[in-house]
Amino acid sequence: MKLVRFQNPVLTSWPAFGQLSDLRDEIDRLFEAPLSQLGTAASVFGGWTPAIDVFEDKENVVVKAELAGMKKEDIEVTLHEGTLSIAGERMAEKKVEEAALYRSERFFGRFQRAVTLPAPVDGAKVKADYKDGILTVTLPKTEEAKPKQIDVSVS
Amino acid sequence: MKTTLQKETGESPARTERQDYVLPEVNIFEDKDGYTLEAEMPGVGKGGLEVLLEDNELTIVGHRQHTAGPGELIFRESHTADYRRVFELDPAIDADRIAARLNQGVLTLTLPKSEQVKPRRIAVNG
Repeated sequence: MKLVRFQNPVLTSWPAFGQLSDLRDEIDRLFEAPLSQLGTAASVFGGWTPAIDVFEDKENVVVKAELAGMKKEDIEVTLHEGTLSIAGERMAEKKVEEAALYRSERFFGRFQRAVTLPAPVDGAKVKADYKDGILTVTLPKTEEAKPKQIDVSVS
Repeated sequence: MKTTLQKETGESPARTERQDYVLPEVNIFEDKDGYTLEAEMPGVGKGGLEVLLEDNELTIVGHRQHTAGPGELIFRESHTADYRRVFELDPAIDADRIAARLNQGVLTLTLPKSEQVKPRRIAVNG
């Protein structure tokens, strides 16, 4: 008599099982993606939240915000306890007095966004640059936050 | 009946950067001298901007600089598609005098109306 480990026949003959977990992944992605896109359909919700991208490399955290048509004096960038705030007010360039307004899709007025940074940064060395309507904030990481090689000693 | 779930091995269209265009938001005003069109295209510099006029159709295309960004992407809300929008112009617009200005991602087009179309006072004689 040979002792054979009992194998549950139902599980092994269920080829769709792997595909079900794929389906779950797809559904998860489906829910993740549109919600962030909903955030940028600002005209629907009556406010304006500029789109923000966050990047991180070994040295810096870089935050880019799409803020077209602003004057740099009207943009406020503040850093407080690991949260970067970008706020400001966009002024209408042309006074709409005698002019008839055909389309008004652009938003004017006050906006504010806050981003929690993925790593601690050195507030004194932050640089912000505004070009072609994109505000780029470069935040150098603190020394402790930079990845370090730790030598393993064998005793 | 056998149904199989197809997992997309390639990148799905919603996420790749293929040549889809996005409409830039615009403000259009009209006054007695002409029209002013402001199109918002952040990320577009002078080199990436095309303004074409054919017959009565004005096409604005803004190519975004596809900078991959420094380091690793944590999250992205901006889209990477280029901007494109087509407008049909009022025939009263003088095509030769259209002026364009790009400032911080906002394109401002001034489209003056031709002289003969402007309302003018007619003196009454006698």
